[in-house]
Amino acid sequence: MSAYIVTVSITIGIYVILAISLNIITGYAGQISLGHAAFFGIGAYASGMLATRVGAPFFVCLPFAVVVTGIVGAILGIPCLRVREDFLAITTMGINFVVQAVFLYVPFFGGALGISNIPVPSIHGSDMTKPEYLIMVLLFILLSILVDGWLTRSWTGLALSAIREDETAAEMSGVNLTRFKVIAFVLGSAMAGLAGSLYAHFMSFISATDFGFAESIVILSMVVFGGIGTLRGPIIGAIVLGVAPELFRPILNYRTLLYGVMLVVLMRFQPQGLLGIDSFVTRTLKRLWKKETRGYEPAA
Amino acid sequence: MLGQQLINGFTIGSIYALIALGLTMVYGVLKILHIAHAGVYAMGAYIGLWVYRLVPNLFLAMLAAMFLSGVAGILIERFLYKSMLDKSRIVPLIASIGLFIAMEETFRIIAGPYVKAFSVHFRQKPWILGSARISAPQMLVFGVTIVLLVLLWWVITRTRMGKALRAVSMDREMADALGVATEKIILLSFFISSALAGAAGVLVGVFYNSVYPTMGDIPAYKALAIIVLGGMGSIPGTILGAFLIGISETFLIGYVNVPLPRDALAFIVMIAVLMFRPYGLLGKE
Repeated sequence: MSAYIVTVSITIGIYVILAISLNIITGYAGQISLGHAAFFGIGAYASGMLATRVGAPFFVCLPFAVVVTGIVGAILGIPCLRVREDFLAITTMGINFVVQAVFLYVPFFGGALGISNIPVPSIHGSDMTKPEYLIMVLLFILLSILVDGWLTRSWTGLALSAIREDETAAEMSGVNLTRFKVIAFVLGSAMAGLAGSLYAHFMSFISATDFGFAESIVILSMVVFGGIGTLRGPIIGAIVLGVAPELFRPILNYRTLLYGVMLVVLMRFQPQGLLGIDSFVTRTLKRLWKKETRGYEPAA
Repeated sequence: MLGQQLINGFTIGSIYALIALGLTMVYGVLKILHIAHAGVYAMGAYIGLWVYRLVPNLFLAMLAAMFLSGVAGILIERFLYKSMLDKSRIVPLIASIGLFIAMEETFRIIAGPYVKAFSVHFRQKPWILGSARISAPQMLVFGVTIVLLVLLWWVITRTRMGKALRAVSMDREMADALGVATEKIILLSFFISSALAGAAGVLVGVFYNSVYPTMGDIPAYKALAIIVLGGMGSIPGTILGAFLIGISETFLIGYVNVPLPRDALAFIVMIAVLMFRPYGLLGKE
């Protein structure tokens, strides 16, 4: 595999984790977040700063980043509990701008220069190579999928979908809104922190501009594009929208235009997303699958 | 100094008000976060500039920009949002973001990525009020804003059409059931709001003497902060929010040396207000 493909795969892998994490907040719990990049950034800064200022090894920085981002997610989740629906969407967007501004203007966070020289993680005393890094990212994707699978099969997941479908009805049925919303925020943020840590140690240089509102939109687009509220959706969305700019590289001038048009067309004709519940692709696949199994069915 | 800051704050507030009003009207009737509104605003600026270069008459350029932006608004409603009203609210949001990206890119591809000058020669001398002065472009911004706001107020409160518009924005289904032509009213509100955005685009182009593809970026999110601050869908609240943000930005940056950029300030004000009034300043539950 060429270095180019490995690099692109690592970046897409990080987006897959981000999309899975945002799907917990927006897809399962139904809380639209336009500020997910803030948590991605908090994880990256926590990990990068611990590594460069204290000199901690990667395998200490990563859990540290996850814990810090989870805690910040809980704290920033509190103002979000006061507001609902579209007010919430704009509040999370505001949080994104404020967090970015803090990174950019507070000298403690390196200001406009960001954090540089973040060390590459090492195993067995030598620096990790890029293919090794890719394998590690894949392992973390697997971990995220396991957490997601556990969540959707647990009572917590059920409570979250109750909140998504009808907040008032859920509260009437005894679902503790505050508790489960905070759980969703903490889980989603912590997972974004994991992605941030992976990003920081891969890029070795981070600055506030990497974690702006536009990045939040990119992550949200991936979730919705693939099919919100499912596990396969965000994964496919992250891969398709991650690969698309690379495929469109020969037509560089029209790349972003195509990206925008793709979002509009999909939302217009397939609002469930590419692989969402009851989307065209899912229905076709199901039909094909059924036909095949019917062929093997023993005659009654 | 104080007077000058106040005048500058009002100028920025006027522009914010024109952009945010359209957004709040669209939200009122359809409950959609219309991000592409900022794309319509940039389109207005380009149309204004184009017409002004053909016929150097600012009034004509403004009218053309308003009319064509209004038509664009109608097309957006017809071909995009109309089919999404019964879908989850994230669907129109993402479609709107996609449309905004596509519009900005179209401007860049057609008109080029650089800043185009929108230079208008004013014969009018600036007014001096004590230590403050109001320049001719500022007069233009104030004049157009006041005229449009009065016109809007008149349409909404004094005509049958305005009554129907208010009814639709209170409860679309109920208005429909009572015989209001909701379809027409929705198109009308898209026309009016997009025309306002087009006018704002021309004003900003003239005021800063520049038109460029990404000029809608900042209004795209700041207008959202303003309508949330005012209470989504509330027209007086939006005007109040626009001037509050415009003036507080100018003052905080002019006097207090806050180490945060303009944009973060707008959102800090917004989040602080939402903590005490979760439905905005003049919003209702």
